[in-house]
Amino acid sequence: MTTAPAKAGWRFRQPSVIPGFGLTLGFSLAYLTLIILIPLSGLIWRSAALGWADFWAIATDRRTINALEISFGTAFIAAAVNVVFGTIVAWVLVRYSFPGRRIVDAMVDLPFALPTAVAGIALTTLYAPNGWLGSLLAPLGIKVAYTPLGIVIALIFIGLPFVVRTVQPIMEEIDKEVEEVAATLGANRFQTIARVLLPGLAPAIVTGFALAFARGVGEYGSVIFIAGNLPYKSEIAPLLIVIRLEEYNYAAATAIAAIMLALSFVMLLVINLVQTWSRKRYG
Amino acid sequence: MEVRVANVRKEFERFPALHDVSLDIKSGELIALLGPSGSGKTTLLRLIAGLERPTKGKIFFGEEDASQKSIQERNVGFVFQHYALFRHMTVADNIGFGLKVRHGASRPSAQEIRRRASELLDLVQLSGLEKRYPAQLSGGQRQRVALARAMAIEPAVLLLDEPFGALDAQVRRELRRWLRDIHDATGHTTVFVTHDQEEALELADRVVVMSQGSIEQVGTADEIYDTPNSPFVYGFIGESSALPVKVEDGQVWIADRPIGLSAPQAPRGEATLFFRPHDVDLVDECNGCIAGTVAASRRVAGTRRVELEIGGERQRVEIELPVDHPAAQKTRVAFRPRRWKLFPAA
Ligand SMILES: Nc1ncnc2c1ncn2[C@@H]1O[C@H](COP(=O)(O)OP(=O)(O)OP(=O)(O)O)[C@@H](O)[C@H]1O
Ligand SMILES: [Mg+2]
Repeated sequence: MTTAPAKAGWRFRQPSVIPGFGLTLGFSLAYLTLIILIPLSGLIWRSAALGWADFWAIATDRRTINALEISFGTAFIAAAVNVVFGTIVAWVLVRYSFPGRRIVDAMVDLPFALPTAVAGIALTTLYAPNGWLGSLLAPLGIKVAYTPLGIVIALIFIGLPFVVRTVQPIMEEIDKEVEEVAATLGANRFQTIARVLLPGLAPAIVTGFALAFARGVGEYGSVIFIAGNLPYKSEIAPLLIVIRLEEYNYAAATAIAAIMLALSFVMLLVINLVQTWSRKRYG
Repeated sequence: MEVRVANVRKEFERFPALHDVSLDIKSGELIALLGPSGSGKTTLLRLIAGLERPTKGKIFFGEEDASQKSIQERNVGFVFQHYALFRHMTVADNIGFGLKVRHGASRPSAQEIRRRASELLDLVQLSGLEKRYPAQLSGGQRQRVALARAMAIEPAVLLLDEPFGALDAQVRRELRRWLRDIHDATGHTTVFVTHDQEEALELADRVVVMSQGSIEQVGTADEIYDTPNSPFVYGFIGESSALPVKVEDGQVWIADRPIGLSAPQAPRGEATLFFRPHDVDLVDECNGCIAGTVAASRRVAGTRRVELEIGGERQRVEIELPVDHPAAQKTRVAFRPRRWKLFPAA
């Protein structure tokens, strides 16, 4: 060994010349530990008390699996729908000025502000078989309330602002000149949007998707009213946890929670990696 | 392709950015739009590209009225000062973009597009950078990619808006020479905007001097420099000195003394005398000349610039003296402009 022995394993890459890295990193880690890591490890700890066999039995229980499928499936669909329509809403807000634009802009945030139970009750009233929309849809054979479709609708409502508010600022920064250049090169409007604008927005859209999805997976208040909560059919995982808690079956509750935690973490990690990759490319 | 701008007027919400501008651009010409900030250079360029519509007047590409054509159909190459590259595309994809968005039979094969892109990269001296993203290039390199992208569509006209404006002096000079070479090699009709007169005079076949939304003068570098046709052009291009004078009996007067310049054609009355500081003869005997006392003096490269105070009103003008001239503070210096021009006082 010719040079001074490098500290075994890995070292911090010197991130930049901006001072205060050590201090702020230390603070961030301490803060995250206190706020997120300690409560979550408590959760893991409790579920670990269960023992592997019992844990496995709970995890592979049909009811648990169905609840997880419903939670993650509806959250995924809702986030996907929000990506499409949220991007369109952001586009309209950024690109056009029309009377009432400010009001529409403010309206986007309402799902943030509203107690989720209120949203759930309002949506249920609307979509119940005798509600305004429900009664219109019923003759067509479409049932919304008390089905997974109802859950999706509630999650779309809850998740919309996440997409709009992450995409909007990036969209505002799009350089008009980039669009003009595309036009002079012969691209029509559609080609400009599809090949130039959307790819530039992709990282923001992915972030919006991740946020809406994560929120959807954990959503409870608005969903339980509209879901109907039929075991195996429209029962979401957070509700199942509450049910187990009410049965004083803390071990089962924490086990389901731990599974949700692991799944969410893996998915967010993947999304994050996708983002890092695209950032690196687009600079 | 020939481009003809015919009596074009452009207003932005009633603010006239261009008044009645006419300009003929010859096919294959490299022409510069030169003028101070806000004089309407960018506006004129954008009108030619079709990025703006004229309030009045027309623009012809060859014989065709371009106002009937959309931006896409005009087939112009536009290069912005800040490059406007597509960040998420590689250099090769940026350059190939204009070919890729074509429809049907006019779209070359993917292989052909790749070949064109690398050919153009050779031309702009960036061979081997196909796979880079714009974020991984220097400013000068980005601007060359932008130019290659504009040339990929074989544009009828190439329009460059301050293409070197964001680059440092060294790189600018390099790119300037390089742009001239490229122009000579490809022969695209090219219009470029600049507010750097050195760039315009050195690079362009003809220079269009603009001021406050109008064209002041169009001509070769020599014409613009040697025979400016307005006080503005005289003052804007190169160094110039101006003095308020009076014309009487076909002679030019300062206060009550003739200064030895005869102007039989000039109308009587107040006027402004323009001349170049370096274009003067020093005289010993002030018998019909301009005389003043040295108020300030500074060394500029190979010469000395002195500021003279002339006459009772202490008008200041600058002239150039040889470095070894003994003039010092308060010395009296007499001179006569060799080449000069009178413009009636406004
Ligand atoms: N979109 C617009 N809306 C309103 N006014 C405009 C617009 N574009 C340009 N103008 C005005 O028109 C005038 C000419 O602008 P232009 O951009 O053509 O100047 P320029 O010669 O390119 O100046 P610079 O050298 O600073 O780029 C300016 O007074 C400017 O304020
Ligand atoms: Mg400009």
